[in-house]
Amino acid sequence: MVAIEPAHLVGTGGAIGALCRHYLAGAVQRETLPLGTLTVNVIGSFVLGLLTFASVTGDAALLVGVGACGSFTTFSSFSVGTVRLWEDGYVALAVLNAVGNLVGALAAIGLAWGIVQIV
Amino acid sequence: MADTHPLVTVETIVLVGLGGFAGSNLRYFVGLFVPGLQGTLLVNVLGSFALGVLVYEGLQVGALASETKLAASTGFISSFTTYSTFAVETVLTPEWAVANIVGSYALGFAGVLVGREAVRLFAGGER
Repeated sequence: MVAIEPAHLVGTGGAIGALCRHYLAGAVQRETLPLGTLTVNVIGSFVLGLLTFASVTGDAALLVGVGACGSFTTFSSFSVGTVRLWEDGYVALAVLNAVGNLVGALAAIGLAWGIVQIV
Repeated sequence: MADTHPLVTVETIVLVGLGGFAGSNLRYFVGLFVPGLQGTLLVNVLGSFALGVLVYEGLQVGALASETKLAASTGFISSFTTYSTFAVETVLTPEWAVANIVGSYALGFAGVLVGREAVRLFAGGER
């Protein structure tokens, strides 16, 4: 079997992850609260948790983990969205968004851990 | 009407996909030189700054075309930064968990604010 360049695996996964994020986040996004970013961050953390606890390595980890999950989730949209809420006067929502992304992602990773233990 | 044209859909897919291809590779590349928590922190802070510049440029100046913003922000920068790796690394290194969360959040928000100020300085925004 021909070895695939890591850059192609990461890039292909990254392109797929970015497109999935664009369409899913666009469908979920709401006016005041950045729900689209929250949704992709929680789902992507869950999938990366599954890969990590199932000890997936090599090409699959580059394609799905580094590429797709890494691109599907986003820190920049999260941080900009939180700052925008804060400066628009929605201080409580900004804090809720900051805490919500963290708690949601950590809970999703915990769920992934639990599923890997059972399977 | 233009938004519903099939070619616009193709253009969106190409712009976001290419941006995602490049952004994820740059993140991977940074991770080879700065592995672990520090590398993730670095891409997230740099990306937060860069998206801050683009978003506030859009709010205060608006010189960039929507296609440019789509490729650069939705494609490239959002794929360059990552929340899943940040969250999983936080769980896997419990001794650094609190420091990683506080540091990533504080520096990420700071990066956005520095980006905002950079736009105000260089674009001569009134606010």
